[in-house]
Amino acid sequence: MNEIEVAQISCGSEYTGIQGEIESAAERVGAKIIFPDIDLDEVEAAEAKFGLKVTSPDLKLMLARAISVVEGHTTADAVFIGTCFRCAEGALVRNEIRRYIHEKSGLPVISYSYTERTTADTLLTRMEALTTIAKRRSLLARETQAGITAGIDSGSTTTKAVVMKDNEVLGFGWVSSTDVVKSAEEAFATALQESGIKRDEIQALGVTGYGRFLLGDAFNADLVQEEITVNSKGAVYLADRQKGAATVIDVGGMDNKAISVNDGIPGIFTMGGICAGASGRFLEMTAKRLGVDITELGKLALAGDASAISMNSYCIVFGIQSLVNSLSKGARHEDVAAAACYSVAEQVFEQQLQEVEVREPVIMVGGTSLIEGLPHAMHELLQAEVIVPPHAQLIGAVGSALLASGFIEE
Amino acid sequence: MKGIFIYPSNSLILYDLVERFGHKPLAIMQEIRKKVTTAGIDSPPLNITPEDPKRGLKYAAVEVPAGVRGRMSLLDPLIEDAEAAILVEDAPIGFGCMGCQRTSELVGFLIRAKRIPILELNYPTSDADAENFVYRISEFLKGLEGATEADA
Repeated sequence: MNEIEVAQISCGSEYTGIQGEIESAAERVGAKIIFPDIDLDEVEAAEAKFGLKVTSPDLKLMLARAISVVEGHTTADAVFIGTCFRCAEGALVRNEIRRYIHEKSGLPVISYSYTERTTADTLLTRMEALTTIAKRRSLLARETQAGITAGIDSGSTTTKAVVMKDNEVLGFGWVSSTDVVKSAEEAFATALQESGIKRDEIQALGVTGYGRFLLGDAFNADLVQEEITVNSKGAVYLADRQKGAATVIDVGGMDNKAISVNDGIPGIFTMGGICAGASGRFLEMTAKRLGVDITELGKLALAGDASAISMNSYCIVFGIQSLVNSLSKGARHEDVAAAACYSVAEQVFEQQLQEVEVREPVIMVGGTSLIEGLPHAMHELLQAEVIVPPHAQLIGAVGSALLASGFIEE
Repeated sequence: MKGIFIYPSNSLILYDLVERFGHKPLAIMQEIRKKVTTAGIDSPPLNITPEDPKRGLKYAAVEVPAGVRGRMSLLDPLIEDAEAAILVEDAPIGFGCMGCQRTSELVGFLIRAKRIPILELNYPTSDADAENFVYRISEFLKGLEGATEADA
């Protein structure tokens, strides 16, 4: 495969000291970072042409580079947009350029706000998704599962495995993640047992999730793929919405993904992993505090009123403190459960969904989507159709098994 | 001879003017040169590492973007050594720039707070303004201790 060229449009990466990390992440997925060449005149003219006035010269340079990509003066397969975290002017420019490139060029785009602590590992999944979307369209075109395939999703909290045959899930395993390989072996063995399929009958295997590289080697997988691509494909497949627009939301144990999808192919996406208060961990802690199993929290929330509880913070520590304070004042458990679900949904809405184009239907996936109060709260916030497809908790494993079937034919 | 802080800090025109009057220009190029010629550091293109924005905490708190703090760590020795300064406002990018307006605002404040001789000018927009611009810079530099007469 030819090297994929990713045009970098950014401000501050060289002064933040992380330019090498960006280039290293690209290199690890077979891509090369390029910088659109711009004349000084083009920088001076960029504001008027783009229609956005900015004071920082490097942001003017970003506008000029974006115009160069859209007008075809720079040839690139994908675009990486970056500005410093906590720079308001940078955030405005980053968002508008992302929208502009997505709408005017159709090139896959990712954007990121970095600090000096940003590493290649942090950027790797995003860069991998970007290059997959740019160059592996045939992989993404797959809409049906064929033959006998398996998928394993090594998540931060749980490891899931499925065995599929002729477009059906025959068996699955779901265990807590401890040792990456051992947990995968355990989940896979359960899936095989439930399906009645022997391991040597599996024609192709796909792996995804945090532990995908380790599992790829340990299981000699045919497909090792990041979660953005896999979850997008898995979501539209399970929800039977393979054509047209959709938005996939996966509130995970450690990070969240919001992906704007068209015909099953990810367009704009964000991955957030900064605050545990917007993760499944927060809901787990709430369930524990309420003395119910996590599987019961959703139903409890549906019977509650989130507005009856005052939540002072999205932080996992202070958020739980708010819930505990409410309980000490005699709050109903149902209201506390509803408030916890609403808090997670609201945080995803405020901090991630503003960065993608939310188009109906909204497909919620991952284990947290089974906590009924969460999709309900998301529906309330978005006033949009929210679908939780069957096997939503197995999204990564199903997506991997689906995409892996492409390798049988090869 | 005085150490003259110039801003924009990569302005070759200001650098040249300061040198012509026998003073030492304090410009960003010399700091970047130190970075790129220091053995053992490999963080292209400027060899700024994630440690540099942390050094920039001397001037700005952690909620200030890392790009501002990284720039401040480069400018730190220049600000420290400044005995006088020439600051040019509203200059076009070709005259020199640090890329980040927030950095420019902070540097301007810090230099003014040092209470050293400062010449603040707007970038000239006409020939007459340009002559006056050079004249005022030359008078400022000549008035500083250790100045020498510039070549034509």
